[in-house]
Amino acid sequence: MGIQFKQETFRDDYTFSNSPEAIRRFPFPFDRDEYMYSVNIEQHMPGPPKSYVEFPIDIDEHYVSEMRDRAIVLKEDPLRCQSLPHMLPAEWDLVELLMDSMSKHYPEHFQLTKDGDRWHWVNQPLGIDQTFTFGDTATLPCPPMEYITRQCQGDFALLDQRQDNLWMDAGIVTTQADWSLDFDIGMNFMEWHGPVPIAHDIGVFDRALKFLLNLQQGRPVRRLNWTMTINPRLDTSPENYHKWGQEKATVTPENVGDKVHLRVELQALWRLPRSNAIVFSIRAYLISMEELVTIPKWGRRFPRILKSLPEPIANYKGLSRYREMTIDWLSKYDDGQPTSPGFFPD
Amino acid sequence: MTTLSDIKSRPIYAGLKVDEYARRHLVAAEGEGARAVIEAFSMAPEALDRTTILYCPGGSAGQDHETALADLAPDLIHVAPSIETLLVRLKGMLNTATMGTRLYATGTEGFIGQVVAAAVGFGVDHHSIFTEHRGSLARRVQCVHCKGMTDNVTATPFTCSHCGLTLFVRDHYSRRLGAFQGVCVDAEEPGVIPPAEELYK
Repeated sequence: MGIQFKQETFRDDYTFSNSPEAIRRFPFPFDRDEYMYSVNIEQHMPGPPKSYVEFPIDIDEHYVSEMRDRAIVLKEDPLRCQSLPHMLPAEWDLVELLMDSMSKHYPEHFQLTKDGDRWHWVNQPLGIDQTFTFGDTATLPCPPMEYITRQCQGDFALLDQRQDNLWMDAGIVTTQADWSLDFDIGMNFMEWHGPVPIAHDIGVFDRALKFLLNLQQGRPVRRLNWTMTINPRLDTSPENYHKWGQEKATVTPENVGDKVHLRVELQALWRLPRSNAIVFSIRAYLISMEELVTIPKWGRRFPRILKSLPEPIANYKGLSRYREMTIDWLSKYDDGQPTSPGFFPD
Repeated sequence: MTTLSDIKSRPIYAGLKVDEYARRHLVAAEGEGARAVIEAFSMAPEALDRTTILYCPGGSAGQDHETALADLAPDLIHVAPSIETLLVRLKGMLNTATMGTRLYATGTEGFIGQVVAAAVGFGVDHHSIFTEHRGSLARRVQCVHCKGMTDNVTATPFTCSHCGLTLFVRDHYSRRLGAFQGVCVDAEEPGVIPPAEELYK
């Protein structure tokens, strides 16, 4: 039995919601009651069945609606998908990585057959049937990175490695937490992380870069990152901030449970075989406070996280306006009991 | 030389120093950058007969720095009426530049940024460009919303010269664009705009 894809929206009437199964597999990012930046990188190993890390590329019930939302963003703003000319080999590497993974782990939805360089790709949920020549851009309806990432959840950046640094030289970014690909494209690792507070001073980025420069093919890694979003909006881009920013001021004590969402990014990195570039995937998961507290451990832990969060981090994540209101709303779910170690529900 | 704050994405302008091994010196200077050129090249007079200077008086118009530059007696000096026209000339020269050409850029940060961005477009490694910041601290800012550039921004917030949104200037710099990022300041509460601070005079 395949995934039951939901029809829902991430804008305007915001009909997005999580099924009980999706809540249980949500990547809750806190394994203890307080939060600080760290180099929380681990091997991207297969996790328990039905978890968000069961497979390297996670496709879930929101797939079809997320892809529709991406298409809307790209239609309005093509600059969300850009690639510098030398990144074409890495784009093809990405096509291979995603098609192989999706067809292997979700064969009821995606099928790939290869006859030498002649590939046949079938994406049933989106109704796509494409025969093309691997490596020949003219045989696809659009450039290879754009082609495949219009069919895969999550934002993607392709990082070129040279001069002992990583350079963000291509990407498709339509579900971002307030950063601009158009502004950051061409920057190196330290530069694009420039605006993040505190982490530079405690050496997080130096260590992370050193680690990533040595990333091996076939040994991908992952980490979780998080922020909060008002309404289940995927496109919280700076480009459209003047349009969605006002929604931050609409939180009231009555609607916290429905409006305030924890937004978690599963970030994964793969070394690519031909280009030696790195794929950086940023897959966003949203959960409302109402949904979050259905897991008692998370309902206890999350208000404690918000209370102990250092001010500069809260400001950078843009939570200041509704942080107190959210803590107040959540506090009725925190009975003061100790929480068990680790991320997962009890 | 002005010391600038430690914004991670902002380039470091290490100062002009004549590269004695270069076969050709291509110098792009704006405004007070003329003084940096004079200081560096008067220490290395042997380089001047292989030196091309493109100069735009810009913010220093009327101070006749162009005469002082001409007095250095470089192989060629071209005085451009605007940054835009200087860049046209520069790109023409980069297009035919040969191995061994060293590029120098000096003046306001917005000017340096545009020279570096133009050169990168011709395959010049940005690390290889010698730069020195001189003159005002005014910033060149790209509106993240409409993508329009506004030059000579001295205060934050300011009004985007293209779309009219009120933008605060984020301490985040793009070398590709040669600009800082401007983000709508009253997106969350329209009309609530903090007083402008003259931070970049």
